[in-house]
Amino acid sequence: MKESISIVLSGEAGQGLQTIEEFLVASIAKEYYVFSTKDVMSRIRGGNNTVQIRVASEKIYASKQTIDLLFLLNDDAFERLRTKVTKGTVIFGKKGSVKASMLEECEASFNELDVEELAKEYGKIYANTILYGFIAGIMQLNKDFCLQQIKEKFQNKSDKIVETNQKAFTVGFEKGQQYTDLFNIKSLVNPAPLKVLDGTNAVGIGALAGGCNFIASYPMSPGTGVLTFLAKKVKDFDVLVEQAEDEIAALNMVIGSWYTGARGLATTSGGGFALMVEAVSLSGMTETPCVVHIAQRPGPATGLPTRTEQADLNLAVYAGHGEFPRVVFAPGNLEDAVLLTQKAFYIADKYQVPVFILTDQYLLDSMGQMEGITLDETYLQDSIIETESGYKRYQLTENGISPRGIPGFGSGLVKVDSDEHDEAGQITESFEVRVQMNDKRLRKRAGLLESFAEAELIGNADYNTLIVGWGSTYGVLKEYVETNTDSGVAFLYVKQVYPLHEKLSTYFEQADNIIVVENNATGQLANLLKIELNVSVNHSILKYNGEPFFVDEVAQRLQEVL
Amino acid sequence: MKNFEFEQELDIAWCPGCGNFNIRTSLIEALQELELEPEQVVISSGIGQAAKMPQYIDVNYFNGLHGRALPVAVAIKAANPDLTVIAEGGDGDMYGEGGNHFIHNIRRNPNIAHLVHNNMVYGLTKGQASPTSKKSMQTPVQTSGVANEPFNPLAVALSLGATFVARAFSGYPEQTKEIIKQAITHEGYALVDIFHPCVTFNKINNFKWYKNNCYQLSADYNRNDFNMAMEKALDVEHFALGVLYQKQGQPTFEQQLPVYQNNQQPIVHRKRDLDKVSELLSL
Ligand SMILES: Cc1ncc(C[n+]2csc(CCOP(=O)(O)OP(=O)(O)O)c2C)c(N)n1
Ligand code: SF4
Repeated sequence: MKESISIVLSGEAGQGLQTIEEFLVASIAKEYYVFSTKDVMSRIRGGNNTVQIRVASEKIYASKQTIDLLFLLNDDAFERLRTKVTKGTVIFGKKGSVKASMLEECEASFNELDVEELAKEYGKIYANTILYGFIAGIMQLNKDFCLQQIKEKFQNKSDKIVETNQKAFTVGFEKGQQYTDLFNIKSLVNPAPLKVLDGTNAVGIGALAGGCNFIASYPMSPGTGVLTFLAKKVKDFDVLVEQAEDEIAALNMVIGSWYTGARGLATTSGGGFALMVEAVSLSGMTETPCVVHIAQRPGPATGLPTRTEQADLNLAVYAGHGEFPRVVFAPGNLEDAVLLTQKAFYIADKYQVPVFILTDQYLLDSMGQMEGITLDETYLQDSIIETESGYKRYQLTENGISPRGIPGFGSGLVKVDSDEHDEAGQITESFEVRVQMNDKRLRKRAGLLESFAEAELIGNADYNTLIVGWGSTYGVLKEYVETNTDSGVAFLYVKQVYPLHEKLSTYFEQADNIIVVENNATGQLANLLKIELNVSVNHSILKYNGEPFFVDEVAQRLQEVL
Repeated sequence: MKNFEFEQELDIAWCPGCGNFNIRTSLIEALQELELEPEQVVISSGIGQAAKMPQYIDVNYFNGLHGRALPVAVAIKAANPDLTVIAEGGDGDMYGEGGNHFIHNIRRNPNIAHLVHNNMVYGLTKGQASPTSKKSMQTPVQTSGVANEPFNPLAVALSLGATFVARAFSGYPEQTKEIIKQAITHEGYALVDIFHPCVTFNKINNFKWYKNNCYQLSADYNRNDFNMAMEKALDVEHFALGVLYQKQGQPTFEQQLPVYQNNQQPIVHRKRDLDKVSELLSL
């Protein structure tokens, strides 16, 4: 694990934790590396929510389990956090917010800090700005930058609000400065300029980069953020946004949009995707592209609405009846959330198949710093053709791809059918045509493997132990191999989880010990590796309580099987 | 040779004597008389005997899933408002499986014509009750007779603010054609519930039954009178034929979309700007 300090803010919904998180992460990012994540209860007010901000002088992409500085904004929260508090934890809170017996038991130290009391002369709503100032003071962050941020955030409200917030910040800042010895992470002299972003925005930006101009969805956490993101971009990017009456309508609309020549997206979670399954096979049969962002949360059924899990891989890979090709991408970091989402639109368009972007609550709700990336212009190139009269939508071709026309562009007619059909799109019951058409559709798999999103090997290429992960476990596993003293360990980050390319096999052949780390209970990727590549893994490290893996936790669990 | 007719002979899967044949003729003639070109027209349909319609017309089509013609049609029209879009299917397809979409698309008011072939039975799956089946009608599934009240599509559509509500009968193909033409040219969502006999599975609502139980709206009927339209729609003893209600000038779904507020060009034809996206990633 890299040297870092983890700051946890604990409060209830409605106390403005997210605002402090945004402020802090942006100002910390000017001087340090930072990663922040949230743990939110499924309720609008009250409850116990936490924000964890981890600060380091080296790059980090994940959160750790133990808390170094804990700020309690409401009482009764401590019990939930108890397992993450150690001897070294320093707690700030109102007098009595932690029971004396409990404090004694965990041996943490306690400092009194009552931000509401401090905010009294400004008003209770300024308590979170005071806390922002207090933490900035401990870390000795650039005060001018912090004040500037406050100004930018509130300037369209009123000068008075800006001024009071800045005053409140300063009160906190000065108090915080008394505790600078609690913070011993070296700040960076010339920090690399990195973009601060969360996973949701990264997927949204990736969609725009992929030419997305249509989104139809039905709200379901944690997929809704992408819908909200694109709704804000309606004017600037010509995106048509519709909240559908249900997920069934949503994906049928998206398919209708692609049929017409748009690039549509549906964003949902596993439960919503379950309803879209019918339309997934419609996309498969009609060879009308579609892109679906599936933001995983724990199931089955409604599960844990605000928590994280990676248990919908099987659903994505097997969704729909009948047999037809599809692609599943699983980005694990911000860069890939942009790039793979962009690529999803291109692949869907080129191969006329459904493409899924499989993320999860943890990736979407976490904020981090992103490396500069270049968006690929070729991904915007449509493969739509101008039709001629006599155009046949389902022309049999060697690579399985029939030139795709759209209605009104050219003199041909675009006839698409969910029944088995002939080359012209007319219903057929010919056994022969059925086989030809099925083969044609399945032939696309070869092309999909040609454009396989390469897996990334992190760590020593001379490994004998290979750790495998997909999606949001990327951060913890990367940090593990980067700090592990045993150089015989590497991490294989699989970004395209379906279809899997044969060339991955060479990574497995080299390893004596293969360990798959997954945020689910049955080892879904491990099973897929067996089915697709006949790879037998030696160990599966699994977690499915609704939380992500933490860096310190993963290190410990890996040690057990190494 | 008509524009929307096939050159080669067609293998049509409808039973001889089925009302769908007349509806097909009415639809082809309507499209023809409106001087539309097949490339400009898209028919979105579901599954069922009625939903096979676009297979038998030379036109763009998206023959999708049971009950799902409307969401597809709405998206097609929104993505390219220059196209003429028709959603077509049976009563089971549109009011049963697709009931939720039926309700919500009336609220959207997309500029599409919605043609529902209402034979008061499920044809393709061999004679089970449909949402519009008469009470006590016996079927292979409803062996003791249908217990549920029949669904009233016209009253539902009116109550939700549909801007064009009509009923036709395939036995009067001339009138059916005229109503279809009006539905297509109406700006906004236009429902045409088209009665037609299923000669194979519905022995109750046969040609004669429709003739005897339907009547024409009088020449001086005022189609702008909502209350009168509702009264006609609620009369399930005698079924009025014609345009029960029309309200013009209501903004359509597409017109209200922010993407078309200052720019009429269909989104499918607009250029995309990657540099602008890159700006979102700059510091
Ligand atoms: C999801 C789904 N459920 C059921 C079916 C079977 N099915 C096909 S058509 C149909 C009903 C057709 O009735 P209607 O819409 O009234 O059309 P008709 O055949 O009478 O014209 C059903 C239940 C199907 N194709 N798909
Ligand atoms: S089953 Fe009924 S609706 Fe279907 S074609 Fe035959 S008569 Fe027409």
